[in-house]
Amino acid sequence: MYEFEFEKPSTVAEAVAALADEDAQALGGGQTLIPTLKQRLAMPSKLVSLTAIPQLKELSDNGGMLTIGGAVTHAEVAEAAAASYPALADLAGHIGDPAVRNRGTIGGSLANNDPAACYPAAALGSGATIVTNTREIPSDEYFQGLFDTALNEGEIITAVRFPVPEKANYQKFLQPASRFALVGVFVAKYAAGVRVAVTGASEEGVFRWREAEAALDASFAPDALDGLSVDAGGMIGDLHGSKEYRAHLVGVMAKRAVAAAG
Amino acid sequence: MPKDQGIGASPKRREDVRFLTGAGNYTDDINVNGQAYVHFLRADVAHATINSIDTSAAAEMPGVVKIFTGADFAEVGGIPCGWGVTDRHGNPQQEPRHPIIAHDTIRHVGEIVAAVVADTLEQARDAAEAIEFSLSDKPAVVDMAAALAEDATKVHEDLTSNLCYDWVFGNPDDDAVQAAFDSAAHVTTLELVNNRLVANPMEPRVAIGDYSRATDEYTLHTTSQNPHVIRLLMCAFVLGLPEHKVRVIAPDVGGGFGSKIFHYAEEAFCTFAAKACGRAVKWTSTRAEAFISDAHGRDHVTKIELALDGDNNFTALRTNTMANMGAYLSTFSTSVPSYLHGTLMAGNYKTPIVQVNVKTVFTNTVPVDAYRGAGRPEATFQLERVIDKAARELGADPIALRRQNFITEFPYETPVALTYDTGDYVATMDKLEQVADVAGFAARRAESEKNGKLRGFGINCYIEACGIAPSNIVGMLGARAGLYDAATVRVNATGSISVMVGAHAHGQGHETTFPQVVADMIGIDESMVDIVHGDTGRVPFGMGTYGSRSIAVCGSAMVRATEKIIAKAKKIAAHLMEASDADIELKDGQFTVAGTDKSVAWGDVCLTAYVPHNYPLEELEPGLEETAFYDPANFTYPAGAYACEVEVDPDTGKVSIERFSAADDFGNIINPMIVDGQVHGGLGQGIGQALLENAAYDEDGQLLSASFMDYAMPRADDVPFYQVDHSCQTPCTHNPLGVKGCGEAGAIGSPPAVVNAVIDALQSGGKNVTHIDMPLSPARVWAAMNG
Ligand SMILES: Cc1cc2nc3c(=O)[nH]c(=O)nc-3n(C[C@H](O)[C@H](O)[C@H](O)COP(=O)(O)OP(=O)(O)OC[C@H]3O[C@@H](n4cnc5c(N)ncnc54)[C@H](O)[C@@H]3O)c2cc1C
Repeated sequence: MYEFEFEKPSTVAEAVAALADEDAQALGGGQTLIPTLKQRLAMPSKLVSLTAIPQLKELSDNGGMLTIGGAVTHAEVAEAAAASYPALADLAGHIGDPAVRNRGTIGGSLANNDPAACYPAAALGSGATIVTNTREIPSDEYFQGLFDTALNEGEIITAVRFPVPEKANYQKFLQPASRFALVGVFVAKYAAGVRVAVTGASEEGVFRWREAEAALDASFAPDALDGLSVDAGGMIGDLHGSKEYRAHLVGVMAKRAVAAAG
Repeated sequence: MPKDQGIGASPKRREDVRFLTGAGNYTDDINVNGQAYVHFLRADVAHATINSIDTSAAAEMPGVVKIFTGADFAEVGGIPCGWGVTDRHGNPQQEPRHPIIAHDTIRHVGEIVAAVVADTLEQARDAAEAIEFSLSDKPAVVDMAAALAEDATKVHEDLTSNLCYDWVFGNPDDDAVQAAFDSAAHVTTLELVNNRLVANPMEPRVAIGDYSRATDEYTLHTTSQNPHVIRLLMCAFVLGLPEHKVRVIAPDVGGGFGSKIFHYAEEAFCTFAAKACGRAVKWTSTRAEAFISDAHGRDHVTKIELALDGDNNFTALRTNTMANMGAYLSTFSTSVPSYLHGTLMAGNYKTPIVQVNVKTVFTNTVPVDAYRGAGRPEATFQLERVIDKAARELGADPIALRRQNFITEFPYETPVALTYDTGDYVATMDKLEQVADVAGFAARRAESEKNGKLRGFGINCYIEACGIAPSNIVGMLGARAGLYDAATVRVNATGSISVMVGAHAHGQGHETTFPQVVADMIGIDESMVDIVHGDTGRVPFGMGTYGSRSIAVCGSAMVRATEKIIAKAKKIAAHLMEASDADIELKDGQFTVAGTDKSVAWGDVCLTAYVPHNYPLEELEPGLEETAFYDPANFTYPAGAYACEVEVDPDTGKVSIERFSAADDFGNIINPMIVDGQVHGGLGQGIGQALLENAAYDEDGQLLSASFMDYAMPRADDVPFYQVDHSCQTPCTHNPLGVKGCGEAGAIGSPPAVVNAVIDALQSGGKNVTHIDMPLSPARVWAAMNG
């Protein structure tokens, strides 16, 4: 890696100030950023670690609203949300390996918005709110394509607010090598309606499968999805699966998620 | 002997204590005083002419010691190929120069184009970024068929084409072979790919070159499976150094699987640069570098045809294979698709006519060479897949079809040059049917179907040739080395023993098994015996470890040397007890005189050898140290039968291996626990090839699966609990221990079993799928089902 400065502030305000420097970059768990630096694919002037800011480590469960600090690790979510939001806990508990889960953070994952990552499906599928140091961003506006989000330069995810659904489930079909999602489907049933978010599949990143949502609003059962399919045209095609295969898996995983959600 | 010691016992691996407690001494753990670090700047394009390289700015960067380019190596030799294959017309293989650093042309992504030596690695990397190149890109040659086209771009301008050799083996008479096919009752044809693999040992390669101005001696620390071979190749062919001035040390090595057999450019570079820089030079491969600089494995494309008569007897077999050599010829590259593959095409069957045709091809990809099994997995895969396909076409039971065609009489001379000394394929198949619970399969399939899964059963038989090799035979076939091995047994004055062995352990457990043999022969405690390996400065000679040869070849040398020790010790004992040598017996570490109660202990004899006060000095030299070289009379032929049971998820195409059973005949076994481990590891690798691993290039010659993000290694949850049995034992007839070797069997025998099982599962679900190329990823299986 190239040389960089390192700061580890203890308040959001200090972090925001530190990030104001040109080419400064936030560091969450480093599970994406550090490998990038090791390969010399990025050259930040300064890394600002967010993991020593107590506010970003908070986790609260407020009767139907789960709020997770931006620097909370996947392992912490897997444990803390097990009772209140088991589908989310299960998703967090199957990200990467124990080392990744004990370092990687929800803020880092959502800021990175890898098209094959799991959290974007949970956030979009739950209609979560991404809370930053300056504003609150509805998940429907937050995800803007591959590795692209509504975040501005230097903006920090301080927390994510998840409305807890009646039922939910995440089905992740593993890419055989990376074990990220080749296709992941998050289904959540709320009083206001069903949300279905798909990760891993689309060239545009995570997306809502509205047709499936409408069908499941009418009947929350796997066979409600019979005959529905996503268009293979916009899907990712690569070494691990064609566009058609991914489009097919979206249907299979969605049905399985509905069945598992019960 | 106590039951927990000696031949046939399973003492725990003594080396694991240091490996598991962080006390291993791997090459990267070694640091030489004052060492500098080298960063290799590697090509990121597959094929280009180098117009110019400007290192002047880089040379001014902080910490830079020296920068090397291809021009610095113009005076030294290229990396040699260790095997010269003669083609079907009697011509030698085409053999391009293989430079240490690319000189005027880049021929694969990952090829070294410049090397920066600096005080620190980061400084070397910084400076490498300041090197300026002018390149003219050339079209990349990636696909083998395209590479052989008349108008193809040539990987090497100075060769006549991209064909390395066009080779025929077995019956070379095309008309006779065709006649056998014409008169067949049935012919089964199959086209298949043996997928390209990256070995990915846990420890990446490392090299440290060191040079002493005082003694004019070089030391190379390197991650190698065969340090003496590296010394020989590097000294004699590349750097032109006298061997006695060069010491090569390969300490603990964290896995090789073939990829650490070969002499690599980085080794010669570090040795050369150490003198040029006046400092030791260290290189530690990153995983990313390993993907594009370690030799790859397999990569064959084959059409195989099997002819059968009206009674389902195999009457002829013909194969046409293209094998990828990559951009240059790595050390054993040309032997793998030829003699290590063609000689195995008879398999376990008495097919009278076999013809093997192989074209080896240069492409703009990483060089391809031996990988666990080397040629034998490629042979087994074709043969066992085509037999399975034939069984389906004929409505025959795949086990019965195999049994009917088994070779049953030994020795058996195959139509592809080997003589199998011994074996019992019926016995291993009987054992397999029992271990795999073939009878219970129908019930298990019904259970899977209830859960919406398709269940399949796949069988495979294999034979392999291990213990390479009788030197005179391989010499006739083009090997440029002898393939014996050597061992020196050094008995110390107090009776403990160091055995210097030419074999190299990098996961095989030699430090446990070799002492088991020596201790057993003498009747002393195993803790009295240690082996020394991996250092040309401490071990007299050796050809190293590959091809499951260690116990069969080096172990035999060790037995011979130990026999010499015992013979001499008996003379000393006879002198001490005033008896005749012929009457001396050795048991449990005691020398006795037959028919008397006289005895002397092993320790007393050893002490006498070194303190020869009462000693037959006029007839016998003092001391107790013996060396033996052992050149095997034949290969050894481990064989066995494997069964795989899979479940396929019809909705996603995902395959899961539910059961895997192996019945192997390894001849006599030194340590059954270690043999289990070797088989488990081999099966895991074979399952990795069958379901997961794929080194895929795009048409520009970029490796698509160049990291673990895209190259899928098998993990614990990809493999089942294995049922492994090696109770069928037909001892090798020509080596002293009756051993055959077990290191590669699992990797050879498992891929066809897996694929056969998946095809069986799909057909049970009414899908007319007859073949899927490996790896059988969910996407490929699903595509085949819905194709
Ligand atoms: C082996 C391995 C397997 C993995 N498997 C999976 C998987 O199965 N599923 C999955 O979803 N992910 C997976 N990941 C990714 C993992 O979840 C990462 O932890 C995550 O994507 C990034 O989180 P991080 O905290 O490590 O972020 P970092 O790497 O520290 O940062 C990533 C990016 O986010 C920015 N950032 C970090 N925190 C914040 C914040 N609070 N506000 C704004 N910007 C911020 C950084 O500046 C950087 O640009 C895997 C990673 C590895 C190494």
